[in-house]
Amino acid sequence: MKPTEKTMSGAEIFFEALKREKVEYIFGYPGGANIKIYEQLYDIDHLTHILTRHEQGATHAADAYARATGKTGVALVTSGPGATNTVTGIATAYMDSSPLVVFTGQVQSHLIGNDAFQEADIIGITRPITKHNFLVRDIRELASTIRKAFYLANTGRPGPVVVDLPKDIIAAETTFEYPDTVDIRGYKPNYHGHHNQIKKAAEAVRNAKRPLFYVGGGVIMSNGSEELRVLADEHGIPVTMTLQGLGAYPGDKPLSLGMLGMHGTYWANRATGQCDLLVALGARFDDRVTGKLDTFAKNAYKIHVDIDPSAIDKNIVVDLPIVGDVKHILAGIAAELSGEELDFTEWRAQIDEWRAECPLSYEKADGKLRIPHIIERISEITKGNAVVTTDVGQHQMWTAQYYDFVNPRSLISSGGLGTMGFGLPAALGAAFGVKDRPIVNINGDGGWQMNIQELVTVKHHNLPIKMIVLNNSFLGMVRQWQELFHKEKYSFTDLESSNPDFVAIAEAFGIPSFSTGDVGEVDELLDKAFNKIDGPVFIEFKVEKEDMVFPMVPAGASVSEMIMERLNPKRMV
Amino acid sequence: MRHTVTVLVENRFGAFDRVANLFSGKGFNIHSISIGETEIREISRMTIVTEGDDHIIDQVIKQLNRLVDTLKVVNLTEHHRVERELALITVTYQKGNLEEIKNLADIFRAKIVDINNKSITVEVTGPPEKVNAAVNVMMPFGIKEMARSGTVALKRGEQPKPVKKELLLN
Repeated sequence: MKPTEKTMSGAEIFFEALKREKVEYIFGYPGGANIKIYEQLYDIDHLTHILTRHEQGATHAADAYARATGKTGVALVTSGPGATNTVTGIATAYMDSSPLVVFTGQVQSHLIGNDAFQEADIIGITRPITKHNFLVRDIRELASTIRKAFYLANTGRPGPVVVDLPKDIIAAETTFEYPDTVDIRGYKPNYHGHHNQIKKAAEAVRNAKRPLFYVGGGVIMSNGSEELRVLADEHGIPVTMTLQGLGAYPGDKPLSLGMLGMHGTYWANRATGQCDLLVALGARFDDRVTGKLDTFAKNAYKIHVDIDPSAIDKNIVVDLPIVGDVKHILAGIAAELSGEELDFTEWRAQIDEWRAECPLSYEKADGKLRIPHIIERISEITKGNAVVTTDVGQHQMWTAQYYDFVNPRSLISSGGLGTMGFGLPAALGAAFGVKDRPIVNINGDGGWQMNIQELVTVKHHNLPIKMIVLNNSFLGMVRQWQELFHKEKYSFTDLESSNPDFVAIAEAFGIPSFSTGDVGEVDELLDKAFNKIDGPVFIEFKVEKEDMVFPMVPAGASVSEMIMERLNPKRMV
Repeated sequence: MRHTVTVLVENRFGAFDRVANLFSGKGFNIHSISIGETEIREISRMTIVTEGDDHIIDQVIKQLNRLVDTLKVVNLTEHHRVERELALITVTYQKGNLEEIKNLADIFRAKIVDINNKSITVEVTGPPEKVNAAVNVMMPFGIKEMARSGTVALKRGEQPKPVKKELLLN
């Protein structure tokens, strides 16, 4: 576009740029350094600002909004503590490659470096946890910097970008010119995989006897779920998914093996060990997936499809790398193989045998209330169609195991960084992005207390979030490790004597709240939450305290050293 | 194995920090790092001497390429190249050792660039091994202070013909 004749302030340019980027929501918190932006915001009606009660909440909400919608999430905070409070949120988004732009206020340019009031070097602090970051030093660069920030955040391998805005820049004036295109010479993501490599991949599938798709978050991010479904369904190729990949392929179909890795299913891990072709799609061979690296899928020809060249050969050296967008490449492989009759019946029968041999199970006979049961019921009541956010720990792994995700962008969980306190703000971010599906936050009693202040935001906007706290009065996953690997020293993980009255807290925020420890009341309460009450609902389930998540592959062990249940290490060959 | 990697980066606020941060954050070794202007004003050249096995060097190159401000990354170890380093070495000046220092400096085509009644400063330029050798011979005189520039390097105009992969396999 041509520059405007009239000059505009930095704050006006800021909102004009967000308008061009079609931003609908920003999650933020005002303060001294960004007050001029908030002054301008007062008269803005082309977007909605959501006031969270903590900048970490704003960042997680923006991150989750991005994961739920595929659009870029936007957070706006002030300088100093406002900016440093976003650090966990930014690192969370970085580890899970979520497109996020965080605007931080900054002290006036001439004060930078002087230890001014509420000054923090947020550019230095966030350098290792952002895809890129910018300090705007000249008002004439403001518009083009915002353009670049959005472009970088949501192209290639997505990730968070920080834009630091000194107070004087926001107040300065210049003409407005928004670039139509972006050209960053050091940044040219490659979307189209090399044609020969795609042909070779198709050939490998053709020649395989025991192929397996190992699907990560990249498939969801590239909107490649449909292409994956077409390819897997046409040829009957089994699919296993990482935590971030769940939902990329419908979890209720026979070809889905569920999650692999540390708390993956027995049959997914066996299939990984026995496959002769492993096709990694937008996944990164994370240590929670591979366990001991040199025994992971050791007999398989390995193909790795990823848009980020640095992901290739990082943890595992593969036989055939294909750099590009998973969606394009899946379509390319499908086109190569279309109409061919490939027969993997025997392989699928083998996997079904494993499935029957060690199904996911938990104790039901004693009539006690257990987390897997609650999650199974939520999955059934919502027909696998909810957007589920979680915190981190046992409830997160049980959610991955027992909730049948049938759609992509359904499980929103901090996988890479493993951030406690993510679930509640994530649910509120998702609720703004997705209005036609149920929104559920499954949480633990530990993580629930880490961003509990966002109950205000949930109530204020009357968001229809069903908040489920699975209270075992323990930091359960740490407790599990303590029992299994740390001499049963339950050091600082028992919260029973200190946990507050969760129902009273939620009620104080004005949210309908319920609590039970009775397995017989689960359905009634869930029915109330999902079918009877429109707005937010809080339910505390008092569950068995010392249950553990199985199967489990101990950290750093081979998948063959999987533990199937308490005191029963099962050897897999 | 030691590798010399050159990185062309945007001559922009923070570009150097990003590269240095990457090395510390990923736990890569740095033997030396130098940065300066190139023939194009907006572009700086960094020369990094690093160490690691093939897998690590592969990651170093990929991670450097991933940075948005990075324009080009070349592992010069795979090429014919010119490598130079400069060192300033200040040794103790004692009666009678000037001649010896001068002679040794001559052997390395080094120059005496400063002298007073307590110390002599020698400037030596060359490939890093030559600079190391010069430092070693100066050591007996008592090195009071030393500054080394780190390696700078460029590809030579003439390059070896690439060896075809099939030939390597046979």
